[in-house]
Amino acid sequence: MSLNRLLDLYRSMRRIRAFEDAAEVASQGGVAAWGLATSAKPALVRGPLHLSTGQEAVAAGVCFNLQREDLLTSTHRGHGHTLAKGADAARMMCELFGRATGYNQGKGGSMHIADFSVGMLGANGVVAAGIPIATGAAHALKIRGLPHLVACFFGDGAANRGPFLEGLNWAQVYRLPVLFVCEDNRISATTPTAPMTAGAGVSARAEALGMPGLKVDGNDVQAVDAAATRLVGEIRAGGGPRLLHAVTYRFKGHVSVDLGTYRDPAEVEAAKRNDPLLITQRQLLALGATQADIDTIDASAQAEIAHALQVAEAAPWPEVADAYEEIMNSGAGVWK
Amino acid sequence: MSSTQELTYAAAAALALQQAMEADPHIVALGEDLGRGGVFGQYRGLPQQFGPERIIDTPISEANIMGAAVGMALAGLRPVVEMRVIDFALCAMDEIVNQAAKNRYMFGGQGRVPLVARMPIGIWSASAAQHSQSLEAWFTHLPGLVVAVPATPQDNFSLLKASLASGDPVIYMEHKELWGQNGPVDTSLDLPLGRANVMHEGSDLTIVTWSRGVAPTLQALAHEALQGASVEVIDLRTLWPWDQATVHASAAKAGRLLVVHEAVQVAGFGAEIAAHTAEATGCRVARLGSPRIPVGYAQVLENEARLSPDKIAHAAKALLERA
Repeated sequence: MSLNRLLDLYRSMRRIRAFEDAAEVASQGGVAAWGLATSAKPALVRGPLHLSTGQEAVAAGVCFNLQREDLLTSTHRGHGHTLAKGADAARMMCELFGRATGYNQGKGGSMHIADFSVGMLGANGVVAAGIPIATGAAHALKIRGLPHLVACFFGDGAANRGPFLEGLNWAQVYRLPVLFVCEDNRISATTPTAPMTAGAGVSARAEALGMPGLKVDGNDVQAVDAAATRLVGEIRAGGGPRLLHAVTYRFKGHVSVDLGTYRDPAEVEAAKRNDPLLITQRQLLALGATQADIDTIDASAQAEIAHALQVAEAAPWPEVADAYEEIMNSGAGVWK
Repeated sequence: MSSTQELTYAAAAALALQQAMEADPHIVALGEDLGRGGVFGQYRGLPQQFGPERIIDTPISEANIMGAAVGMALAGLRPVVEMRVIDFALCAMDEIVNQAAKNRYMFGGQGRVPLVARMPIGIWSASAAQHSQSLEAWFTHLPGLVVAVPATPQDNFSLLKASLASGDPVIYMEHKELWGQNGPVDTSLDLPLGRANVMHEGSDLTIVTWSRGVAPTLQALAHEALQGASVEVIDLRTLWPWDQATVHASAAKAGRLLVVHEAVQVAGFGAEIAAHTAEATGCRVARLGSPRIPVGYAQVLENEARLSPDKIAHAAKALLERA
């Protein structure tokens, strides 16, 4: 891999980490939740904030292989996918802050973060719900004769929901241009996934449908990138859907205010030594990058996110009347 | 040349879809058994004309059928979803409720989900508890959805066209017992969503109904229990948006409103119409729907859940006699 490519991948990962670290801090305070007491300090980011901290290599490595016109469906843990697909961090932060200038005009928040202008069709509050939507978007691309594909991110828990089977079967039956990406952080909300999952897991289920795929270390961005390059190439060549199974680890709890005390601290500490950012730094140095190169990227990401926070804090709230906008065309005016 | 022809309710819908698909290459239809013209023949002829890329035979995967339609709509198509019977749409409720209905709002207007989800409703041919339901009230409760309930071949033609043009996700409910009903269809007639049809004028009592409720209500007017009564019958056509102005004006004139539907009466949409109209006009209200029982198989059991001219006439008479 070229040094420049790995620098770009590291930059993408570092932006995600910086964004989520900042959002995490901004989410602290406010109402009692997950065993934490009510705080006098109001949270700037309210409601559930699902962090992908520790999983950045998957989003960065896959999305580096996508073009702007390619589409993407995400999970409830979608900040990384959105940033890596090309969204603007400040407009994303405005949305997390519930401001009128956010991507969703303050109507969605973290759990529905989206930037349709870069093909990012939305995070989703329902596990596995992005899978059928991705197959339909890919079906439309095929019917319309467009050369693009859809990247469909889902978690390990989603493989136990019905839409996983329905969607993968559908994509295979119609040979649709979908890259299914199982972002396997090994935990379903607060419950380890393995004891809840029969058989050999997500790859074996895709294989049973005849869908080719690859399994990679999801903390190694070079491995994710290489696998995504190969699978995306096969999809663009008309090969039909592919599955990428990326095994990673979530450092944080289910939501930002979940301290994850039910997890074995030794397991979490071991995982942090396997931080994808540290792995990538070592790879960069081995490829000839200097520490100064790394520090420059880190500082740039911090500055970008500091600016995003400033923009979000200063941004206007939605108007009350906006509650009645963007619902539907039919029957306007009789919603109260 | 006249634009009016005699068509069945099913053929009227097929003609509407055919004309719309000829005019707009972005319209596709997807669902189980569509390649053979649909389980009720309501897509007859379309597979031959438009081919398998636009009349799409799907696996028995209701969640993915509906979810894929959302994705298709977001990616530039205007899908028509066939759910076969509304009872099967229950396998796709997340895709309808959380995805199709919410998409535009929760993403701040970045996308639109222009799709028409056809879900045949109602009691038909001894189909028992899982193939006979009328669940229109479930969908009227959801912001973001249009709910259409055509009662005639003309309305099935014009409302399907209007639904395809609306740009909204539309829950489109055809009643299975109406598929073979014949009637004149003027293909030049455009109907907006949300305009009721006054089927019979009267001044003593207003009856609001829709779908399969319309025919037995009109028959009830000749019932001996209603001799001498002047009854207005309104076919609502769409439940969201619903024609509040027409219903309120009629109820204000008559002072009495009866809502008639085949769906279970408890928490049915008749309750909303009755409450809304009573609040607006002060009129007396009554409802007639099915008892809160599943639809049974044996004829005697099924009949207990059905509307009939006799039941409607007696409900109307009771309301007329109420002090």
